[in-house]
Amino acid sequence: MSRGPRVVVGMSGGVDSSVAAALLVEQGYDVIGVAMRLWAGENGASTSGCCTLDYFLDARGVASQLGIPFYVMDFQRQFAAAVVDPFVAEYVAGRTPNPCVRCNQFVKFGAFWERARELGATWVATGHYARVTHGEDGDRSQLWRAIDAAKDQSYFLFALTPDVLSRTIFPIGALTKNEVRRRAEALGLSVAAKPESQEVCFAPRREYVSFVAKRAPAVRGGAIVDEAGVVVGQHEGIHCFTVGQRRALGLSAGRPLYVTRIDPVERVVYVGPREATTAIGLSATQAVWISGTPPLPGAMLSVKIRSRFEPTMVQVETATDHAFTISAPRGLVAITPGQAAVLYDGERVVGGGWIERAGFSDAAA
Amino acid sequence: MIYLDYNATTPLRPEARAAMLPYLGAEFGNPSSVHRLGSRARVAVENARAQVARLIGARASEIVFTSGGTEANNMALFGIAAVKDGALVTTTIEHSSVLASATRLEEDGRRVHRLDVDRTGRVDLDGLRVALQHRVALVSVGWANNEIGTIQPIAEITALCRAAGAVLHVDAVQAVGKIPVVAEQTDVLSLSAHKLGGPKGVGALWVRGGVALEPRALGGGQERGRRSGTENVAGIVGFGAACQVAVVDDVTGTRTTELRERLWDGLAAAIGGVRRNSPRDHSLPNTLNVCIEGVRGEALVAGADIEDVAISTGSACAAGAAEPSHVLRAIGLTTDEARDGVRFSLGRETTVGEIDRTIDVVAALVAQVRRVQPREVVHV
Repeated sequence: MSRGPRVVVGMSGGVDSSVAAALLVEQGYDVIGVAMRLWAGENGASTSGCCTLDYFLDARGVASQLGIPFYVMDFQRQFAAAVVDPFVAEYVAGRTPNPCVRCNQFVKFGAFWERARELGATWVATGHYARVTHGEDGDRSQLWRAIDAAKDQSYFLFALTPDVLSRTIFPIGALTKNEVRRRAEALGLSVAAKPESQEVCFAPRREYVSFVAKRAPAVRGGAIVDEAGVVVGQHEGIHCFTVGQRRALGLSAGRPLYVTRIDPVERVVYVGPREATTAIGLSATQAVWISGTPPLPGAMLSVKIRSRFEPTMVQVETATDHAFTISAPRGLVAITPGQAAVLYDGERVVGGGWIERAGFSDAAA
Repeated sequence: MIYLDYNATTPLRPEARAAMLPYLGAEFGNPSSVHRLGSRARVAVENARAQVARLIGARASEIVFTSGGTEANNMALFGIAAVKDGALVTTTIEHSSVLASATRLEEDGRRVHRLDVDRTGRVDLDGLRVALQHRVALVSVGWANNEIGTIQPIAEITALCRAAGAVLHVDAVQAVGKIPVVAEQTDVLSLSAHKLGGPKGVGALWVRGGVALEPRALGGGQERGRRSGTENVAGIVGFGAACQVAVVDDVTGTRTTELRERLWDGLAAAIGGVRRNSPRDHSLPNTLNVCIEGVRGEALVAGADIEDVAISTGSACAAGAAEPSHVLRAIGLTTDEARDGVRFSLGRETTVGEIDRTIDVVAALVAQVRRVQPREVVHV
């Protein structure tokens, strides 16, 4: 029996990657399932995210059902160095990190792609909701939003290198979540009805503050200051705050106050009215352009400045291989340093970068 | 498939399977029952006990059947610690069932001394001499190591323990069936059926007459009160049958040693940067552990499996990811090297053709990995 090209598919034990693997088998690929052990938690056994024993057992069960080889491989060191350590460092620097983008960039499509090639694979696949098209000879591969707009994960994938993008398959990117569940049921996959997991896998939402504090013992409290320079409260560490955040400020100012800026040097959290979190543009660095060349100044594109964000039309002010600035006529709310700004031309991902600050000229900083 | 993971488990020998079948069918009796059905089961269990005893030159009445090697090791350490004061002396390269039991005893206040090993994995006898100058309840040493195959100088260890009046427990799970094992050299000996062609889920502890050992499972008083619970009749019968055929096997290991060296020579010739972690002397005939420069153990194991060659890394977490091996750390490898050790363990079904094919598969995989990640290859 002749087999198709070999693909290594990342299997987490969730429904999306399980269906992705099943579709690749149907399409005739020579499929190998690999689960990534990213995080062992405090006592060697993770209790959250998809690195728990139950998830690995689920993935192994699905692979067995599909009749494909399956291996658990260790990526803990790469994950710690590329994702967890920077996560802590960003909070300490007064920014709000996006660990999932870095995980995709350096682990799931970095070290993982290396392992896949070690196993003789020419393709790598995951259960992400995004689409990729591969150009004819020489043309770059292109990254597109998923068909299911509510599930679209292209935001998290902008930083993939052209090399790995050109060898990537997203088997479920053209399906809706409902279709994926139906496929899982039709295939009789044991994980068909499994619930979603969406939090930061190693530090679930409510635990991230203590997670950071534990790894950055130097974090100390400071003042909360309003736009008039008046100290309106005290805080227990800048890592507890995100620009645009309203809740949990511990203030009773009699008016809603939002975090507008974080000064990591003086450990000051600045607050102001909602309007004060809005800026007419932003600067981003470490740019990645999927076509290989930056867009031209004046280009009208849409931007997402965090994962849950309605794409908003912006104009490119400047764009180089490494950085860009954009302006939004009606402003962007809660521009958060440390998050990614991803630019779209309709459904197509043009590229993106990491938000350095609100405002697009040096004077605005 | 080419199976080179005999230290993990072995295929059930046809003789064992045939012996077991009646006890999975019509002969379902409880050995403690008075009626003839039960009586036949009792006789079958006692025949098996004699077969196991004969393989290690012991008395049948001194064999206690267990659920396997892990339970036998736990029973030895906790059972003796419960009735005897003094330190526990063991080594840094024991099976996890010994190490975890020792750690628990230590947490409960027992003094535990873990002897170092040399670069070949042999226990430090001078260290043992020093340790035995203090009051020692029990010395627990593995006869042969499961990961690298090192055989310990049991005769010397026995002499030292006897002179000091310490009880000697030997985990012989990896040794029995591969090399001659004489129980009388020790005081307490652990065995496992599935490492020598028997079924999984059954093992034994040989306890020399006169050695006190507190039971851990209390109840109906089976196994002369040392391990209560209805016997795993089919498993025990299969264990006995496997021991019987193991007795008549060639135990010199000449053929297996030749195959192992053919594998080593072939790998060393075909691949640059191969390091042998298993010793050449004082080693199980069937075990070869290597590190290959620039090649992760888990990549090699997965790649070989895709090509239908079953090998293993030294140590894995519950999920199956490779972890650094404490044995390789103990013989002086770095944490990275200790994660990337790969074990080939041969068995009675292994053929020359399989060895040659394995060399080709591994050489091709290493070339593939090195194409992805060109590294400085250090020839050793």
